[in-house]
Amino acid sequence: MRRSVLHGGAPVLLCLLAAGCRQDMHDQPKYKPLAASTFFEDGRSARPLVPGTVARGHLKVDQHLYAGRMGNEPATTFPFAVTRAVLERGRERYNIFCAPCHGALGDGEGMVVKRGFRHPPSFHIDRLREAPVGHYFDVITNGFGAMASYASRIPTEDRWAIIAYVRALQLSQRATLADVPAEERKRLERLP
Amino acid sequence: MQIFHPSTNTIAKVSIYGAVFFVAGLLWTGNEIQRSSYVTGVGVARPQPVPFSHKHHVSGMGIDCRYCHTTVETAAFAGMPPTETCMSCHSQIWAESPMLEPVRASFRTDQSIQWTRVHDLPEFVYFDHSIHVNKGIGCDTCHGRVDQMPLMWNVKTLQMEWCLECHREPERFVRPREEVFNMNWRPPVDQLTLGRELVRKYQIRKLTDCSICHR
Repeated sequence: MRRSVLHGGAPVLLCLLAAGCRQDMHDQPKYKPLAASTFFEDGRSARPLVPGTVARGHLKVDQHLYAGRMGNEPATTFPFAVTRAVLERGRERYNIFCAPCHGALGDGEGMVVKRGFRHPPSFHIDRLREAPVGHYFDVITNGFGAMASYASRIPTEDRWAIIAYVRALQLSQRATLADVPAEERKRLERLP
Repeated sequence: MQIFHPSTNTIAKVSIYGAVFFVAGLLWTGNEIQRSSYVTGVGVARPQPVPFSHKHHVSGMGIDCRYCHTTVETAAFAGMPPTETCMSCHSQIWAESPMLEPVRASFRTDQSIQWTRVHDLPEFVYFDHSIHVNKGIGCDTCHGRVDQMPLMWNVKTLQMEWCLECHREPERFVRPREEVFNMNWRPPVDQLTLGRELVRKYQIRKLTDCSICHR
């Protein structure tokens, strides 16, 4: 009796014990993004690009689009038409990447500034209202003062969309009731 | 010749009968262990080299998920912020804090901070953040209220039965695209009505073929 229980039970038990011990398929010999590596000296599987590498189809020849420059001067125009969709994209991206410091209104009163970061200038001062769009592109791309570069976080087109939205913010802060379409004006006047 | 006392007959019968319960018990125990937080890690905060608090950064400071997880809308991998992203603010805020020394050390020496992965899918599974985000699956549907987590833990098992729950009936979970990153969004009372409409609008298929995830 005892032997038969052992003979019958032991394999079942061993099978149950063995189940879940092998993780070979779970942990395959391949790298997931940013996984650690024992092969490379710096421990990273994500390899830095060789300087000067250009991905196929990504040669940035358009100085206006990719550098915000026209000749040797900062660009004064947008490299593509500013549509409503561009502005809406710009608003969304501005609120993600810029508002923490520059504030939702662009006055430089963002939450991070309230916690002690150096106060950025308001977008509504004359110097920045008159600054060409190329200047903004340069600041987003390369950083300025305490501000880090956002080039790796914000794709080129989005940077231009953000600049378009900053221009909209600048207009909004100096707008008068006369700038509001008649329809909307009625609604505004009803507000307390 | 009688080797066993007659009472052993009862023991034999009980042990045969009991074996059924024994095996059932084993299966039940195995099942419970497999779904327990010991295996799935649900609700277990992982120690990290820097005690980063999503609660502070998201709820306290109002920083959007995408400020750090920059590729979540465009790539399979949501993106872990490089040290430069931390230093965008911490070059000036808490710049002397001993807690942030690993971040500054990483910035100085160009050595990566070795975070502990919390959501670790098995490697035989293909997963893409961008498609989920673009089809109206909110961050907190899978990750829970990250904005209220002082340290990171997972709230879902990430087991296949859990994936299938939504892949079989996406209408139960889908939300408007513009609410995907809104941690405070709650499904309306008639979620199914909204869900069915969004499933049609976003052209969400029922994705239960094996090869959708195991490719």
